[in-house]
Amino acid sequence: MKKVAIVGYAQHPILENAGALNEVELIMPVVHQLFDELGISQNNIDFTCSGSCDYLQGAAFAFVEGLSAIQTNPPIKESHVEMDAAWAMYESMLKIQMGDADTALIYGFGKSSPGRLDSIISLQMDPYYISPLWPDRVSLAAIQARVLLEKNIITPEQMITAVIEARTNSKNNKNALVTELVDKEAYLASEKISSPLNEFDCPPISDGSSAMIIASEEKAYDFTDQPIFIEGIDHRIESSNIGSRDLSKPSGILASIEHLKLEKTKFDVAELHTQFSHEVPYLQSVLKLSDVPTNLSGGPLVGNVMMCAGLDAIGKTYESLKSNDLINGLAHASSGPCLQHNMLVHLEKKS
Amino acid sequence: MSDQKDLLRAPFELAYNYKRSSGPLMSKFFNALAEQKILGTKSSTGKVYAPAAEFDPETHESLSDLVEVGPGGVIESFSWIEEPKHHHLIKNPFAFALIKLDGADTSMLHMVTECDEADLKIGSRVTANWSATMENRITDIKFFTLEK
Repeated sequence: MKKVAIVGYAQHPILENAGALNEVELIMPVVHQLFDELGISQNNIDFTCSGSCDYLQGAAFAFVEGLSAIQTNPPIKESHVEMDAAWAMYESMLKIQMGDADTALIYGFGKSSPGRLDSIISLQMDPYYISPLWPDRVSLAAIQARVLLEKNIITPEQMITAVIEARTNSKNNKNALVTELVDKEAYLASEKISSPLNEFDCPPISDGSSAMIIASEEKAYDFTDQPIFIEGIDHRIESSNIGSRDLSKPSGILASIEHLKLEKTKFDVAELHTQFSHEVPYLQSVLKLSDVPTNLSGGPLVGNVMMCAGLDAIGKTYESLKSNDLINGLAHASSGPCLQHNMLVHLEKKS
Repeated sequence: MSDQKDLLRAPFELAYNYKRSSGPLMSKFFNALAEQKILGTKSSTGKVYAPAAEFDPETHESLSDLVEVGPGGVIESFSWIEEPKHHHLIKNPFAFALIKLDGADTSMLHMVTECDEADLKIGSRVTANWSATMENRITDIKFFTLEK
């Protein structure tokens, strides 16, 4: 495996409603912030890959419009994933492994405010048996939460702690959308949206974008004195037949842990793409992170840009390692209902 | 960015207007609903997937051995919606539930209503209620209710 490193990451402030700002206007500032910080231009990028979802914009091939944010003349090598931009990073890794590129620009963007996210997300499900029932994202998450609570894998107190900590940690993240602190009384008084989940258990509707640049080891030091290396990366998906999954056994994540030999690593920091409060203690237990500072950025509970929040988990882990005396970081990205599809990324700072 | 008040806005209602072929296996499932029967598929390991699955996600074999399951079953998990939103099909309080139908080894996502949240538990027995008009869709099962 060729060694690949992250050399830069930028995040747009997460907005409740970006209003008239279109996707291009959300992407341009972060891409140019990165270019300016690294003193480069699109001409230094071998491969460009984006992550977004046309259903959010409500138009076919809407992602092509995003390309207006970058310079595409002379023609560039470019691709897109209809997924979180964490998977655009994965594709870029593969492109570098294949020898087709040494540098890659990745960006993700999403505006959830114009539409009705709950019903839009229903459309990602099986169109024969499930979508016609219009199950919303919160109700599907709540089904998994109830299984985990019933089996005592997590407790209601852990869910409250996850919410309170996310709000407290939002102070570490200048781009966080939700910064208002919450206490146990306010949490318990909140009405259920889809029981057992209440509004505090759910992520805010968010608009925004993020960008990242990765490079092969040879090129990485041209960009920065301190690249953060992608030591391991693996992603697995579970069945789309939600009724055939054991929602209390993350078979995909467990396979990734084994494949990446994560038990051997003592992580200093972790950022998880946990969109709902119950997912925080669940994944902390699965990934054995009880002693590891987790979601110091507040995580998706304080800002959850669709198609971007997974890349943000990787980006926030990168930032933590870069600006602190830390060596090993773990990032997690997720997609699909009830943590169906998961990616684990082991980042390492070389001394 | 201009002030929010000054923005001109136009409505844009996006519909989901596709007609899909149900395919050879699921067509049998949807036809059986018209006779108020629910079908599952049995894999070579003996595991019964319901609603009828076209393939076994564990062995990856294609499935064609149809068996009747339900109409009763057990709730494996559920989420309770006290105040349904615009897109929900049921306008009274209801649950989305994973229901393991009698004779099946996997669960089916559907809705449970005509009860209170406190009446439902993991393990509660429910049974299918049928729609008045059959359209060869999963909604031909109107919802599930607690077994009397």
